[in-house]
Amino acid sequence: MAQVPVMELAEAMYKMVKDTMGMKKWKATDLQKASIEMFGEGNVDKQLCKDAIKELVNNGRLVYTYFGGSFLEVPHKEGAAN
Amino acid sequence: MAVDKKYATPLLDELEKGEWPSFVKEIKSSAETNPMANDLLGLLEQSYDEKKGHWKHGGIVGVMGYGGGVIGRYTDLSEKFPNISHFHTMRVNQPSGWFYTSEALRTLCDIWDAHGSGLTNMHGSTGDIVFLGTRTEELEPIFKKLTDAGFDLGGSGSDVRTPSCCCGKARCEWACYDTMALTHYITNKFQDELHRPAFPYKMKLKMSGCPNDCVASVARADISIIGTWRDEIQVDMPKVREYAKNGTDIVKEIVMMCPGKCLDWDGTDLKIDNSSCRHCMHCINTMPKALAPGKDKGAVILVGSKAPIVEGALLSSVLVPFIKIEEPFEESELWELIENMWDLWCEEGKNRERIGEFIQRVGMGNFLEAVGLEPQPDMVAHPRENPYIFYEEYFEEGE
Ligand code: HEM
Ligand code: HEM
Ligand code: SF4
Ligand code: SF4
Repeated sequence: MAQVPVMELAEAMYKMVKDTMGMKKWKATDLQKASIEMFGEGNVDKQLCKDAIKELVNNGRLVYTYFGGSFLEVPHKEGAAN
Repeated sequence: MAVDKKYATPLLDELEKGEWPSFVKEIKSSAETNPMANDLLGLLEQSYDEKKGHWKHGGIVGVMGYGGGVIGRYTDLSEKFPNISHFHTMRVNQPSGWFYTSEALRTLCDIWDAHGSGLTNMHGSTGDIVFLGTRTEELEPIFKKLTDAGFDLGGSGSDVRTPSCCCGKARCEWACYDTMALTHYITNKFQDELHRPAFPYKMKLKMSGCPNDCVASVARADISIIGTWRDEIQVDMPKVREYAKNGTDIVKEIVMMCPGKCLDWDGTDLKIDNSSCRHCMHCINTMPKALAPGKDKGAVILVGSKAPIVEGALLSSVLVPFIKIEEPFEESELWELIENMWDLWCEEGKNRERIGEFIQRVGMGNFLEAVGLEPQPDMVAHPRENPYIFYEEYFEEGE
Protein backbone atom coordinates (compact mmCIF):
# COMPACT_ATOMS: atom_id res chain seq x y z
CA MET A 1 0.00 0.00 0.00
CA ALA A 2 1.80 3.06 -1.25
CA GLN A 3 0.54 6.22 0.41
CA VAL A 4 -0.10 9.09 -1.94
CA PRO A 5 2.28 12.02 -1.21
CA VAL A 6 0.55 14.90 0.62
CA MET A 7 1.34 17.40 -2.13
CA GLU A 8 -0.17 15.18 -4.80
CA LEU A 9 -3.35 14.74 -2.76
CA ALA A 10 -3.48 18.48 -2.04
CA GLU A 11 -3.17 19.18 -5.77
CA ALA A 12 -6.00 16.76 -6.55
CA MET A 13 -8.21 18.32 -3.88
CA TYR A 14 -7.50 21.79 -5.15
CA LYS A 15 -8.50 20.74 -8.66
CA MET A 16 -11.76 19.22 -7.40
CA VAL A 17 -12.70 22.45 -5.66
CA LYS A 18 -11.57 24.72 -8.50
CA ASP A 19 -13.25 22.71 -11.26
CA THR A 20 -16.59 22.76 -9.47
CA MET A 21 -16.49 26.41 -8.37
CA GLY A 22 -19.98 27.88 -8.18
CA MET A 23 -21.54 24.45 -8.67
CA LYS A 24 -20.63 22.56 -5.55
CA LYS A 25 -19.78 23.51 -1.98
CA TRP A 26 -17.19 21.21 -0.42
CA LYS A 27 -17.02 20.34 3.23
CA ALA A 28 -13.79 18.85 4.58
CA THR A 29 -15.44 15.44 4.85
CA ASP A 30 -16.71 15.61 1.25
CA LEU A 31 -13.15 16.19 0.09
CA GLN A 32 -12.01 13.28 2.21
CA LYS A 33 -14.63 10.94 0.76
CA ALA A 34 -13.93 12.04 -2.81
CA SER A 35 -10.18 11.62 -2.29
CA ILE A 36 -10.55 8.12 -0.93
CA GLU A 37 -12.75 7.27 -3.89
CA MET A 38 -10.23 8.71 -6.35
CA PHE A 39 -7.06 7.17 -4.94
CA GLY A 40 -8.52 4.07 -3.33
CA GLU A 41 -8.79 3.11 0.30
CA GLY A 42 -5.38 2.22 1.70
CA ASN A 43 -3.68 4.88 -0.41
CA VAL A 44 -5.39 7.78 1.33
CA ASP A 45 -6.56 7.95 4.94
CA LYS A 46 -8.23 10.50 7.19
CA GLN A 47 -4.97 11.92 8.56
CA LEU A 48 -3.49 12.36 5.10
CA CYS A 49 -6.62 14.25 4.01
CA LYS A 50 -6.34 16.50 7.07
CA ASP A 51 -2.68 17.18 6.23
CA ALA A 52 -3.50 17.98 2.61
CA ILE A 53 -6.26 20.40 3.61
CA LYS A 54 -3.97 22.03 6.15
CA GLU A 55 -1.37 22.45 3.40
CA LEU A 56 -3.92 24.12 1.11
CA VAL A 57 -5.32 26.54 3.68
CA ASN A 58 -1.92 27.41 5.12
CA ASN A 59 -0.84 28.47 1.63
CA GLY A 60 -4.05 30.41 1.12
CA ARG A 61 -4.96 28.37 -1.99
CA LEU A 62 -8.21 27.37 -0.31
CA VAL A 63 -10.08 29.30 2.38
CA TYR A 64 -12.73 28.26 4.81
CA THR A 65 -16.13 29.89 4.36
CA TYR A 66 -19.20 29.77 6.54
CA PHE A 67 -22.73 29.53 5.20
CA GLY A 68 -24.63 27.68 7.88
CA GLY A 69 -21.83 25.09 7.87
CA SER A 70 -18.11 25.40 7.14
CA PHE A 71 -16.92 24.87 3.57
CA LEU A 72 -13.64 25.00 1.64
CA GLU A 73 -13.46 27.30 -1.38
CA VAL A 74 -11.05 29.02 -3.73
CA PRO A 75 -10.57 32.56 -2.37
CA HIS A 76 -12.85 35.15 -3.88
CA LYS A 77 -14.35 38.47 -2.89
CA GLU A 78 -17.29 38.35 -0.58
CA GLY A 79 -20.66 39.51 -1.93
CA ALA A 80 -21.79 40.89 1.43
CA ALA A 81 -18.72 43.14 1.56
CA ASN A 82 -20.12 45.31 -1.25
CA MET B 1 -8.78 59.17 17.12
CA ALA B 2 -11.20 62.06 16.83
CA VAL B 3 -14.90 61.44 16.41
CA ASP B 4 -16.34 63.98 14.02
CA LYS B 5 -20.08 63.51 14.08
CA LYS B 6 -22.50 62.98 16.99
CA TYR B 7 -25.84 61.24 16.56
CA ALA B 8 -29.02 62.06 18.45
CA THR B 9 -30.10 58.82 20.12
CA PRO B 10 -33.40 59.38 21.98
CA LEU B 11 -34.46 55.72 21.79
CA LEU B 12 -31.11 54.32 22.90
CA ASP B 13 -31.03 56.87 25.73
CA GLU B 14 -34.02 55.09 27.28
CA LEU B 15 -31.75 52.12 27.86
CA GLU B 16 -29.47 54.16 30.07
CA LYS B 17 -32.19 54.73 32.63
CA GLY B 18 -32.43 52.62 35.75
CA GLU B 19 -29.95 51.14 38.17
CA TRP B 20 -28.55 48.37 36.01
CA PRO B 21 -25.53 48.29 33.71
CA SER B 22 -26.27 49.65 30.26
CA PHE B 23 -24.60 48.64 27.02
CA VAL B 24 -25.64 52.02 25.60
CA LYS B 25 -23.68 53.81 28.29
CA GLU B 26 -20.63 51.69 27.50
CA ILE B 27 -20.88 52.19 23.74
CA LYS B 28 -21.25 55.94 24.30
CA SER B 29 -18.18 55.97 26.45
CA SER B 30 -16.19 54.19 23.70
CA ALA B 31 -17.73 56.52 21.11
CA GLU B 32 -15.92 59.48 22.71
CA THR B 33 -12.74 58.28 21.04
CA ASN B 34 -13.66 55.45 18.68
CA PRO B 35 -15.41 56.24 15.36
CA MET B 36 -16.64 52.65 14.99
CA ALA B 37 -18.41 52.76 18.35
CA ASN B 38 -19.80 56.16 17.38
CA ASP B 39 -21.26 54.96 14.07
CA LEU B 40 -22.65 51.92 15.86
CA LEU B 41 -24.76 54.25 18.02
CA GLY B 42 -26.14 55.94 14.92
CA LEU B 43 -26.95 52.65 13.23
CA LEU B 44 -28.57 51.14 16.32
CA GLU B 45 -30.75 54.21 16.81
CA GLN B 46 -31.90 53.98 13.19
CA SER B 47 -32.66 50.24 13.65
CA TYR B 48 -34.69 50.93 16.78
CA ASP B 49 -36.55 53.69 15.00
CA GLU B 50 -37.31 51.66 11.87
CA LYS B 51 -37.67 48.34 13.76
CA LYS B 52 -35.37 46.91 11.15
CA GLY B 53 -31.93 45.27 11.32
CA HIS B 54 -29.13 46.62 9.14
CA TRP B 55 -26.55 43.86 9.36
CA LYS B 56 -25.46 41.35 6.75
CA HIS B 57 -23.74 38.05 7.55
CA GLY B 58 -20.35 37.48 5.96
CA GLY B 59 -19.02 34.00 5.31
CA ILE B 60 -15.46 34.36 4.13
CA VAL B 61 -13.42 36.52 6.46
CA GLY B 62 -10.82 34.87 8.68
CA VAL B 63 -7.12 34.64 9.32
CA MET B 64 -4.81 32.63 7.09
CA GLY B 65 -4.88 28.92 7.87
CA TYR B 66 -7.82 29.01 10.26
CA GLY B 67 -11.43 28.19 9.49
CA GLY B 68 -12.83 29.56 12.75
CA GLY B 69 -12.58 32.43 15.19
CA VAL B 70 -13.86 35.26 13.01
CA ILE B 71 -17.54 35.93 12.39
CA GLY B 72 -18.10 38.22 9.43
CA ARG B 73 -20.58 41.09 9.66
CA TYR B 74 -21.26 44.05 7.36
CA THR B 75 -23.84 46.80 7.46
CA ASP B 76 -26.12 47.54 4.52
CA LEU B 77 -25.90 51.26 5.37
CA SER B 78 -22.18 51.59 4.73
CA GLU B 79 -22.52 54.95 3.01
CA LYS B 80 -24.24 56.53 5.96
CA PHE B 81 -22.09 54.72 8.55
CA PRO B 82 -18.75 54.16 6.79
CA ASN B 83 -16.83 53.36 9.98
CA ILE B 84 -18.84 50.19 10.52
CA SER B 85 -19.14 49.02 6.91
CA HIS B 86 -17.21 46.00 8.24
CA PHE B 87 -18.04 44.94 11.79
CA HIS B 88 -16.53 41.49 12.23
CA THR B 89 -16.47 39.67 15.55
CA MET B 90 -13.36 37.85 16.74
CA ARG B 91 -13.52 35.06 19.29
CA VAL B 92 -10.38 34.86 21.40
CA ASN B 93 -9.76 31.63 23.31
CA GLN B 94 -10.12 32.44 26.99
CA PRO B 95 -7.81 30.97 29.61
CA SER B 96 -9.34 28.00 31.50
CA GLY B 97 -11.61 29.26 34.26
CA TRP B 98 -11.29 32.87 33.02
CA PHE B 99 -8.34 33.84 35.17
CA TYR B 100 -6.26 36.81 34.02
CA THR B 101 -3.54 39.03 35.30
CA SER B 102 -4.46 42.71 34.99
CA GLU B 103 -1.53 42.98 32.58
CA ALA B 104 -3.12 40.38 30.27
CA LEU B 105 -6.40 42.27 30.32
CA ARG B 106 -4.65 45.53 29.49
CA THR B 107 -2.81 43.84 26.63
CA LEU B 108 -6.09 42.56 25.17
CA CYS B 109 -7.76 45.95 25.50
CA ASP B 110 -4.81 47.80 23.97
CA ILE B 111 -4.82 45.49 20.95
CA TRP B 112 -8.52 45.98 20.53
CA ASP B 113 -8.44 49.75 20.99
CA ALA B 114 -5.79 50.00 18.30
CA HIS B 115 -7.51 47.73 15.75
CA GLY B 116 -11.22 47.51 16.48
CA SER B 117 -14.26 49.18 17.99
CA GLY B 118 -12.88 48.86 21.53
CA LEU B 119 -16.10 47.04 22.45
CA THR B 120 -15.78 43.61 24.02
CA ASN B 121 -18.04 40.99 25.50
CA MET B 122 -16.28 39.41 28.47
CA HIS B 123 -17.29 36.71 28.02
CA GLY B 124 -19.56 35.40 25.28
CA SER B 125 -21.97 32.55 25.84
CA THR B 126 -19.39 30.37 24.11
CA GLY B 127 -16.91 31.26 26.87
CA ASP B 128 -14.62 33.20 24.56
CA ILE B 129 -13.33 36.71 24.97
CA VAL B 130 -15.46 38.38 22.28
CA PHE B 131 -14.03 41.32 20.33
CA LEU B 132 -16.95 43.07 18.64
CA GLY B 133 -16.40 44.94 15.41
CA THR B 134 -13.35 45.25 13.19
CA ARG B 135 -12.41 45.50 9.53
CA THR B 136 -11.16 42.69 7.29
CA GLU B 137 -7.73 44.24 6.83
CA GLU B 138 -7.25 44.48 10.61
CA LEU B 139 -7.73 40.74 11.19
CA GLU B 140 -4.17 39.60 10.46
CA PRO B 141 -2.51 42.42 12.47
CA ILE B 142 -4.76 41.65 15.45
CA PHE B 143 -4.06 37.93 15.15
CA LYS B 144 -0.32 38.61 15.06
CA LYS B 145 -0.46 40.76 18.19
CA LEU B 146 -2.68 38.25 19.97
CA THR B 147 -0.42 35.31 19.25
CA ASP B 148 2.64 37.34 20.21
CA ALA B 149 0.94 37.94 23.56
CA GLY B 150 0.22 34.21 23.97
CA PHE B 151 -3.44 34.23 22.92
CA ASP B 152 -5.13 32.29 20.14
CA LEU B 153 -8.42 32.56 18.31
CA GLY B 154 -11.30 30.36 19.42
CA GLY B 155 -13.75 28.30 17.41
CA SER B 156 -16.65 29.14 15.12
CA GLY B 157 -18.40 27.31 12.32
CA SER B 158 -18.40 23.51 12.09
CA ASP B 159 -15.44 22.94 14.38
CA VAL B 160 -14.62 22.13 17.98
CA ARG B 161 -15.72 25.29 19.73
CA THR B 162 -13.49 26.87 22.33
CA PRO B 163 -13.62 24.40 25.25
CA SER B 164 -14.74 26.03 28.48
CA CYS B 165 -14.95 25.07 32.13
CA CYS B 166 -15.91 26.20 35.61
CA CYS B 167 -13.19 27.54 37.92
CA GLY B 168 -12.99 24.06 39.48
CA LYS B 169 -10.22 23.36 41.94
CA ALA B 170 -8.87 26.88 41.64
CA ARG B 171 -11.67 28.23 43.81
CA CYS B 172 -14.26 25.59 44.51
CA GLU B 173 -14.20 22.84 47.11
CA TRP B 174 -16.82 20.78 45.26
CA ALA B 175 -14.64 20.17 42.21
CA CYS B 176 -14.39 16.40 41.70
CA TYR B 177 -11.64 16.74 39.10
CA ASP B 178 -9.33 19.46 37.85
CA THR B 179 -11.54 21.13 35.24
CA MET B 180 -8.99 23.79 34.33
CA ALA B 181 -6.21 21.30 33.70
CA LEU B 182 -8.47 19.05 31.63
CA THR B 183 -9.79 21.98 29.60
CA HIS B 184 -6.28 23.18 28.90
CA TYR B 185 -5.34 19.68 27.81
CA ILE B 186 -8.43 19.31 25.57
CA THR B 187 -7.83 22.71 23.97
CA ASN B 188 -4.31 21.65 23.02
CA LYS B 189 -5.23 18.11 22.03
CA PHE B 190 -7.91 19.20 19.60
CA GLN B 191 -6.13 22.20 18.00
CA ASP B 192 -6.63 20.78 14.52
CA GLU B 193 -10.35 20.21 15.09
CA LEU B 194 -10.64 23.68 16.65
CA HIS B 195 -9.04 25.61 13.81
CA ARG B 196 -9.92 23.51 10.78
CA PRO B 197 -13.66 22.81 10.72
CA ALA B 198 -14.43 19.31 9.43
CA PHE B 199 -17.65 18.40 11.23
CA PRO B 200 -21.28 18.45 10.09
CA TYR B 201 -21.87 21.31 12.57
CA LYS B 202 -20.47 22.85 15.76
CA MET B 203 -19.08 20.64 18.53
CA LYS B 204 -18.96 22.12 22.04
CA LEU B 205 -17.15 20.60 24.99
CA LYS B 206 -17.80 21.99 28.45
CA MET B 207 -16.29 20.86 31.73
CA SER B 208 -17.94 21.29 35.14
CA GLY B 209 -16.30 20.14 38.35
CA CYS B 210 -19.48 18.86 40.01
CA PRO B 211 -23.18 18.35 39.27
CA ASN B 212 -23.93 21.99 40.10
CA ASP B 213 -22.64 22.38 36.56
CA CYS B 214 -21.74 26.07 36.69
CA VAL B 215 -21.00 26.18 32.94
CA ALA B 216 -24.43 24.63 32.22
CA SER B 217 -22.80 21.93 30.15
CA VAL B 218 -25.80 19.65 30.49
CA ALA B 219 -27.87 22.15 28.53
CA ARG B 220 -25.49 23.46 25.90
CA ALA B 221 -22.51 21.19 25.27
CA ASP B 222 -22.40 18.42 22.71
CA ILE B 223 -20.04 16.68 25.10
CA SER B 224 -20.36 17.45 28.81
CA ILE B 225 -17.81 16.28 31.35
CA ILE B 226 -19.34 16.74 34.79
CA GLY B 227 -17.56 15.89 38.02
CA THR B 228 -19.16 13.32 40.33
CA TRP B 229 -18.34 10.67 42.92
CA ARG B 230 -19.22 7.00 43.22
CA ASP B 231 -18.81 6.34 46.91
CA GLU B 232 -20.62 8.02 49.78
CA ILE B 233 -21.37 11.65 50.52
CA GLN B 234 -19.01 12.77 53.26
CA VAL B 235 -20.87 13.75 56.41
CA ASP B 236 -19.63 15.74 59.40
CA MET B 237 -22.45 14.89 61.83
CA PRO B 238 -21.68 17.49 64.54
CA LYS B 239 -21.84 20.15 61.81
CA VAL B 240 -25.20 18.81 60.60
CA ARG B 241 -26.53 19.18 64.15
CA GLU B 242 -25.15 22.70 64.26
CA TYR B 243 -27.15 23.59 61.12
CA ALA B 244 -30.26 22.21 62.82
CA LYS B 245 -29.53 24.14 65.98
CA ASN B 246 -29.00 27.36 64.02
CA GLY B 247 -32.41 27.10 62.42
CA THR B 248 -32.08 24.98 59.27
CA ASP B 249 -35.27 22.95 58.96
CA ILE B 250 -33.52 19.80 57.80
CA VAL B 251 -36.70 17.85 57.08
CA LYS B 252 -38.41 20.59 55.13
CA GLU B 253 -35.42 22.14 53.38
CA ILE B 254 -33.38 19.06 52.69
CA VAL B 255 -35.02 15.68 53.33
CA MET B 256 -38.23 16.55 51.53
CA MET B 257 -36.41 18.19 48.66
CA CYS B 258 -34.13 15.21 47.99
CA PRO B 259 -35.10 13.86 44.56
CA GLY B 260 -33.70 10.41 45.40
CA LYS B 261 -35.80 10.23 48.59
CA CYS B 262 -32.70 8.87 50.22
CA LEU B 263 -32.35 11.11 53.27
CA ASP B 264 -33.62 10.56 56.78
CA TRP B 265 -33.23 12.90 59.77
CA ASP B 266 -34.34 11.86 63.23
CA GLY B 267 -33.27 15.03 64.99
CA THR B 268 -29.77 13.77 65.81
CA ASP B 269 -28.48 11.75 62.88
CA LEU B 270 -28.71 12.23 59.13
CA LYS B 271 -28.89 8.90 57.28
CA ILE B 272 -28.15 8.77 53.56
CA ASP B 273 -29.06 5.86 51.34
CA ASN B 274 -26.20 6.53 48.93
CA SER B 275 -27.32 3.82 46.52
CA SER B 276 -30.40 5.92 45.72
CA CYS B 277 -28.60 9.25 45.61
CA ARG B 278 -28.93 11.09 42.30
CA HIS B 279 -25.94 13.31 42.96
CA CYS B 280 -28.06 16.41 42.58
CA MET B 281 -25.94 18.36 45.11
CA HIS B 282 -29.00 19.78 46.88
CA CYS B 283 -28.15 18.53 50.38
CA ILE B 284 -24.50 19.47 49.96
CA ASN B 285 -25.35 22.96 48.68
CA THR B 286 -27.71 23.54 51.59
CA MET B 287 -25.26 22.41 54.29
CA PRO B 288 -21.86 23.10 52.75
CA LYS B 289 -20.04 22.98 56.05
CA ALA B 290 -21.46 19.57 56.96
CA LEU B 291 -21.64 17.61 53.71
CA ALA B 292 -19.27 17.11 50.79
CA PRO B 293 -19.00 14.95 47.68
CA GLY B 294 -17.46 11.50 48.30
CA LYS B 295 -13.78 10.66 48.09
CA ASP B 296 -13.83 8.39 45.03
CA LYS B 297 -14.14 11.18 42.50
CA GLY B 298 -14.29 11.33 38.72
CA ALA B 299 -16.75 12.47 36.09
CA VAL B 300 -19.82 11.48 34.16
CA ILE B 301 -19.67 11.93 30.39
CA LEU B 302 -22.82 13.11 28.69
CA VAL B 303 -23.62 13.75 25.06
CA GLY B 304 -26.03 15.66 22.93
CA SER B 305 -27.34 18.88 24.47
CA LYS B 306 -27.87 22.04 22.48
CA ALA B 307 -29.85 25.27 22.44
CA PRO B 308 -32.58 25.72 19.84
CA ILE B 309 -31.21 26.85 16.48
CA VAL B 310 -32.08 24.62 13.54
CA GLU B 311 -34.11 22.27 15.76
CA GLY B 312 -35.40 22.54 19.34
CA ALA B 313 -33.39 22.39 22.56
CA LEU B 314 -32.00 19.13 23.91
CA LEU B 315 -30.46 18.15 27.24
CA SER B 316 -27.51 15.77 27.43
CA SER B 317 -27.83 12.04 27.97
CA VAL B 318 -25.45 9.95 30.04
CA LEU B 319 -22.89 8.13 27.98
CA VAL B 320 -20.34 7.04 30.58
CA PRO B 321 -21.72 7.02 34.15
CA PHE B 322 -18.32 7.24 35.80
CA ILE B 323 -14.77 7.68 34.62
CA LYS B 324 -11.65 8.70 36.53
CA ILE B 325 -10.18 11.99 35.31
CA GLU B 326 -6.55 11.97 36.36
CA GLU B 327 -3.18 12.97 35.00
CA PRO B 328 -1.68 11.91 32.72
CA PHE B 329 -4.75 12.78 30.69
CA GLU B 330 -3.32 11.31 27.49
CA GLU B 331 -3.89 7.83 28.92
CA SER B 332 -7.64 8.32 29.33
CA GLU B 333 -10.03 6.12 27.32
CA LEU B 334 -12.07 9.24 26.72
CA TRP B 335 -10.22 10.31 23.58
CA GLU B 336 -10.90 7.09 21.73
CA LEU B 337 -14.58 7.33 22.62
CA ILE B 338 -14.74 10.96 21.48
CA GLU B 339 -12.98 10.20 18.20
CA ASN B 340 -15.29 7.23 17.57
CA MET B 341 -18.28 9.50 18.06
CA TRP B 342 -16.82 12.13 15.75
CA ASP B 343 -16.02 9.57 13.05
CA LEU B 344 -19.55 8.23 13.13
CA TRP B 345 -21.15 11.67 13.14
CA CYS B 346 -18.86 12.88 10.31
CA GLU B 347 -19.66 9.80 8.28
CA GLU B 348 -23.44 9.70 8.79
CA GLY B 349 -24.44 13.14 10.11
CA LYS B 350 -26.34 15.56 7.89
CA ASN B 351 -25.10 19.10 7.30
CA ARG B 352 -26.06 21.28 10.32
CA GLU B 353 -27.11 18.27 12.39
CA ARG B 354 -25.80 18.45 15.96
CA ILE B 355 -24.65 15.19 17.46
CA GLY B 356 -27.66 15.13 19.83
CA GLU B 357 -30.04 15.41 16.88
CA PHE B 358 -28.07 12.76 15.06
CA ILE B 359 -28.47 10.41 18.04
CA GLN B 360 -32.20 11.07 18.09
CA ARG B 361 -32.42 10.27 14.41
CA VAL B 362 -30.44 7.02 14.47
CA GLY B 363 -31.52 5.99 17.98
CA MET B 364 -29.40 5.84 21.12
CA GLY B 365 -29.16 2.03 20.90
CA ASN B 366 -27.71 2.13 17.39
CA PHE B 367 -25.42 5.00 18.32
CA LEU B 368 -23.99 3.13 21.31
CA GLU B 369 -23.41 0.03 19.25
CA ALA B 370 -21.61 2.02 16.57
CA VAL B 371 -19.27 3.77 19.01
CA GLY B 372 -18.63 0.55 20.92
CA LEU B 373 -20.36 1.21 24.25
CA GLU B 374 -22.57 -1.23 26.15
CA PRO B 375 -25.97 0.13 27.13
CA GLN B 376 -26.30 0.69 30.88
CA PRO B 377 -29.23 1.39 33.17
CA ASP B 378 -27.76 4.82 33.95
CA MET B 379 -28.56 5.93 30.40
CA VAL B 380 -32.07 7.09 31.14
CA ALA B 381 -34.17 10.15 30.49
CA HIS B 382 -34.86 10.40 34.23
CA PRO B 383 -33.52 8.19 37.02
CA ARG B 384 -35.84 5.26 37.82
CA GLU B 385 -37.83 5.91 34.68
CA ASN B 386 -37.86 4.83 31.08
CA PRO B 387 -34.52 3.72 29.74
CA TYR B 388 -34.63 4.35 26.04
CA ILE B 389 -32.43 1.42 25.25
CA PHE B 390 -33.88 -1.91 24.20
CA TYR B 391 -32.16 -4.81 25.86
CA GLU B 392 -32.51 -7.38 23.15
CA GLU B 393 -31.51 -10.27 25.36
CA TYR B 394 -34.57 -9.56 27.57
CA PHE B 395 -36.81 -9.86 24.56
CA GLU B 396 -35.26 -13.14 23.61
CA GLU B 397 -35.77 -14.52 27.10
CA GLY B 398 -39.42 -13.46 27.17
CA GLU B 399 -40.31 -14.89 23.81
C1 HEM C 1 -31.30 36.95 12.04
C2 HEM C 1 -30.16 37.33 12.55
C3 HEM C 1 -29.36 36.55 13.55
C4 HEM C 1 -29.57 35.33 14.09
C5 HEM C 1 -30.71 34.37 13.86
C6 HEM C 1 -28.48 35.09 15.01
C7 HEM C 1 -28.34 33.95 15.78
C8 HEM C 1 -27.34 33.74 16.66
C9 HEM C 1 -27.25 32.62 17.56
C10 HEM C 1 -28.24 31.49 17.68
C11 HEM C 1 -26.11 32.76 18.26
C12 HEM C 1 -25.61 31.86 19.36
C13 HEM C 1 -24.68 30.86 18.83
C14 HEM C 1 -23.98 30.13 19.93
O1 HEM C 1 -23.97 30.54 21.10
O2 HEM C 1 -23.40 29.12 19.61
C15 HEM C 1 -25.46 33.96 17.80
C16 HEM C 1 -24.28 34.43 18.29
C17 HEM C 1 -23.70 35.60 17.86
N1 HEM C 1 -24.21 36.51 16.97
FE1 HEM C 1 -25.92 36.35 16.01
N2 HEM C 1 -27.64 36.16 14.98
C18 HEM C 1 -28.14 37.08 14.12
C19 HEM C 1 -27.62 38.32 13.81
C20 HEM C 1 -26.43 38.79 14.31
C21 HEM C 1 -25.88 40.11 14.00
C22 HEM C 1 -26.54 41.14 13.13
C23 HEM C 1 -24.69 40.20 14.65
C24 HEM C 1 -23.66 41.33 14.70
C25 HEM C 1 -23.70 42.40 14.02
C26 HEM C 1 -24.51 38.95 15.36
C27 HEM C 1 -23.41 38.66 16.11
C28 HEM C 1 -23.31 37.53 16.85
C29 HEM C 1 -22.16 37.26 17.68
C30 HEM C 1 -20.96 38.14 17.86
C31 HEM C 1 -22.42 36.05 18.32
C32 HEM C 1 -21.54 35.34 19.28
C33 HEM C 1 -21.82 35.83 20.66
C34 HEM C 1 -21.01 35.09 21.67
O3 HEM C 1 -20.08 34.37 21.31
O4 HEM C 1 -21.39 35.20 22.83
N3 HEM C 1 -25.58 38.14 15.13
N4 HEM C 1 -26.24 34.55 16.84
C1 HEM D 1 -48.91 5.27 17.40
C2 HEM D 1 -48.97 4.90 18.67
C3 HEM D 1 -48.03 5.37 19.74
C4 HEM D 1 -47.01 6.27 19.69
C5 HEM D 1 -46.53 7.11 18.50
C6 HEM D 1 -46.43 6.34 21.00
C7 HEM D 1 -45.37 7.17 21.34
C8 HEM D 1 -44.85 7.23 22.59
C9 HEM D 1 -43.75 8.07 22.97
C10 HEM D 1 -42.99 9.00 22.05
C11 HEM D 1 -43.51 7.87 24.28
C12 HEM D 1 -42.43 8.57 25.12
C13 HEM D 1 -41.21 7.75 25.19
C14 HEM D 1 -40.20 8.40 26.05
O1 HEM D 1 -40.53 8.90 27.14
O2 HEM D 1 -39.04 8.43 25.66
C15 HEM D 1 -44.46 6.91 24.76
C16 HEM D 1 -44.53 6.47 26.01
C17 HEM D 1 -45.46 5.55 26.45
N1 HEM D 1 -46.41 4.93 25.70
FE1 HEM D 1 -46.77 5.20 23.80
N2 HEM D 1 -47.11 5.48 21.83
C18 HEM D 1 -48.08 4.87 21.09
C19 HEM D 1 -48.98 3.94 21.51
C20 HEM D 1 -49.08 3.47 22.79
C21 HEM D 1 -50.03 2.50 23.26
C22 HEM D 1 -51.07 1.84 22.38
C23 HEM D 1 -49.77 2.31 24.59
C24 HEM D 1 -50.44 1.41 25.60
C25 HEM D 1 -51.30 0.48 25.30
C26 HEM D 1 -48.68 3.17 24.95
C27 HEM D 1 -48.14 3.26 26.19
C28 HEM D 1 -47.11 4.09 26.53
C29 HEM D 1 -46.57 4.18 27.87
C30 HEM D 1 -47.04 3.44 29.10
C31 HEM D 1 -45.53 5.12 27.81
C32 HEM D 1 -44.66 5.59 28.94
C33 HEM D 1 -43.45 4.76 29.00
C34 HEM D 1 -42.52 5.24 30.09
O3 HEM D 1 -42.93 6.05 30.93
O4 HEM D 1 -41.39 4.78 30.08
N3 HEM D 1 -48.27 3.85 23.85
N4 HEM D 1 -45.27 6.55 23.71
S1 SF4 E 1 -19.55 23.27 38.79
FE1 SF4 E 1 -19.23 22.52 40.87
S2 SF4 E 1 -17.01 22.45 41.02
FE2 SF4 E 1 -17.44 23.83 39.32
S3 SF4 E 1 -17.52 25.86 40.24
FE3 SF4 E 1 -19.62 25.05 40.16
S4 SF4 E 1 -19.94 24.17 42.19
FE4 SF4 E 1 -17.73 24.38 41.92
S1 SF4 F 1 -27.19 14.75 46.48
FE1 SF4 F 1 -29.35 15.04 46.02
S2 SF4 F 1 -30.13 12.97 45.69
FE2 SF4 F 1 -28.18 12.77 46.76
S3 SF4 F 1 -28.73 12.68 48.92
FE3 SF4 F 1 -28.28 14.82 48.46
S4 SF4 F 1 -30.27 15.71 47.97
FE4 SF4 F 1 -30.50 13.49 47.83
